[in-house]
Amino acid sequence: MKSLGSIRRDFAPWNDPNAKPYIQFDNVTKKFGDFTAVNNLSLTIFEREFFALLGASGCGKSTLLRMLAGFEEPTSGRILLDGQDLRGIPPYRRPVNMMFQSYALFPHMTVENNIAFGLKQDGMPKPEIASRVAEMLKLVKLEQFAKRKPHQLSGGQRQRVALARSVAKRPKVLLLDEPLGALDKKLREETQFELMDLQQNLGLTFVVVTHDQEEAMTMADRIAIIDKGEVMQVATPAEVYEAPGSRFVAGFVGNVNMFEGKIARGEAGSASIDAGNGITIRTDNAGTAGAGTAVTFAIRPEKIKVSSKKPAEAVNAIEGEVYDIAYLGDMTVYHVRLDDGQVVRASTMNAARITEDPLSWNDRAWVSFRPDAGVVLTR
Amino acid sequence: MNTTWSRFNITSIVLGFAFLYLPIVLLIVFSFNESKLVTVWGGFSTKWYVSLFHNQGLMDATWVTARVGLISATVATVLGTLAALTLTRYTRFRGRVLFSGMVFAPLVMPEVITGLSLLLLFVAVGLDRGFLTVTLAHITLTMCFVAVVVQSRLITFDRSLEEAAMDLGATPVKTFFQITLPVIMPAIVSGWMLAFTLSLDDLVIASFTSGPGATTLPMKIYSQVRLGVTPEINAACTILIAVVAIGVIIASLANKRREVQRQLDEQAAQRG
Repeated sequence: MKSLGSIRRDFAPWNDPNAKPYIQFDNVTKKFGDFTAVNNLSLTIFEREFFALLGASGCGKSTLLRMLAGFEEPTSGRILLDGQDLRGIPPYRRPVNMMFQSYALFPHMTVENNIAFGLKQDGMPKPEIASRVAEMLKLVKLEQFAKRKPHQLSGGQRQRVALARSVAKRPKVLLLDEPLGALDKKLREETQFELMDLQQNLGLTFVVVTHDQEEAMTMADRIAIIDKGEVMQVATPAEVYEAPGSRFVAGFVGNVNMFEGKIARGEAGSASIDAGNGITIRTDNAGTAGAGTAVTFAIRPEKIKVSSKKPAEAVNAIEGEVYDIAYLGDMTVYHVRLDDGQVVRASTMNAARITEDPLSWNDRAWVSFRPDAGVVLTR
Repeated sequence: MNTTWSRFNITSIVLGFAFLYLPIVLLIVFSFNESKLVTVWGGFSTKWYVSLFHNQGLMDATWVTARVGLISATVATVLGTLAALTLTRYTRFRGRVLFSGMVFAPLVMPEVITGLSLLLLFVAVGLDRGFLTVTLAHITLTMCFVAVVVQSRLITFDRSLEEAAMDLGATPVKTFFQITLPVIMPAIVSGWMLAFTLSLDDLVIASFTSGPGATTLPMKIYSQVRLGVTPEINAACTILIAVVAIGVIIASLANKRREVQRQLDEQAAQRG
């Protein structure tokens, strides 16, 4: 049997020019009065994809989900599902189901009646409903809770009932609105993997809305980063992290150090950036930015080395002073204040058990990184 | 917390409760009075309760009151619930502020004015005063109370329940009857009970809008008292008090039990 990881690695319809889009947002705009929640947005999602809409609260990601579910109609533009224009189709006739952030379990119904609710609306014969409900209860491991009411369940159990209810009808697309938002951290991490297994086993298309970047990175095949109703970048988690397309994306996902500067000289991708105060950064990832272009050089903390002496072979090394040290167990985060006042964040994995840290507060220190470690951003 | 009984505390509790309950206690005590004189104690007796049930006038009035109460409370509950739904759900229609103000105005309207204006209306449209007009008047009076009770429940109602139902394939009508209505039912029931109680003890509006043959119990009692208080009336009032008190006690006990059960359930859920 193939492992989940290898299935997921092979799955990349977005790179296939012949792949048929499954969900399409076509220049969709949604206005609430004067407020534009979604601004001329286009997006393509493929069948069986685990797609995440990531953004801060109020960025319009939930509105996208609600338009897909049918609770809101786009002000302009259109939404296609499997080639069908969804305009004018009410929520109760759409082949999509949603798992709500509040779970929205019906308080006056037992767990099994909650799960059976959608099946009853379809007029499914009773024996079939019973067997489907049993199957769903088994799937979310709640067999012995069938007769309980929602208020007799813990938060994690409620979440699983909501999940079972929303997949019971085998929708073409499952929409998840902050599915793990109400769970505590440990439960959230376990549930992330459960959701991924479920999606693979049922072969459904998942669209999940989240503000938690870790959640999106763990679960999704691709992430769309949304800001002010517009798509900033759509890419795989690795691309979003390692090759952010803009300052916003670089700053939004993970931690990042940014240096503002100008391209001093450059040819064929590599360049020197004059970051002011005598700091020059050499990089291999300058792309097409020509000399004189104002750019931001962004580099992740784990790609920066901190040492007490200047490393002999380093292409980029800047001197500063250790300003703060945070020991997190698996890694240590150093804040180094450069001589121009900018604070650089560098993190080191604690591969060996530390007996004595070579660096201490207020020590002089060097931060160094390789020329291919950072990215150059022009937007 | 201070648990000692200071002299001040005792005095204020005694005074407070005496103020509230002394008249009622007196009424109950004298309903068991042997003597025909209301204010003179002549020994214990239940004879006024027996004679009460042979007083055809009082029994008729009780029957009228019960019917008016049941019908008007039921109609008012339907209308009040609809008003509450409209006011909480369709928040952007023209004239909403005016409409909500108008629904709640009878809450503070002096009953004399409500009664008088209803009387004028019934006379103007040529409705004979009687059972129908009292019932209509009570619907007018109690509808806004139901609307207030149901509306306060609807404000905290999680709309995503309805969205979830529709998302799972229920049409708006089915969603209303299978989800919304069952969830807000406790509020509707307490709205009904409030309406029924208000109708039961209304005197002013009933006096304006009632006619011959439709005398309600409060009207009957009031008219008899004008001829002098009889121990029979005391007995009737004692029964009324008992009915209301039992109703209130049952309602609060049920509420309490539900609350305790819910807490136990939640604790059980926490344990897993």
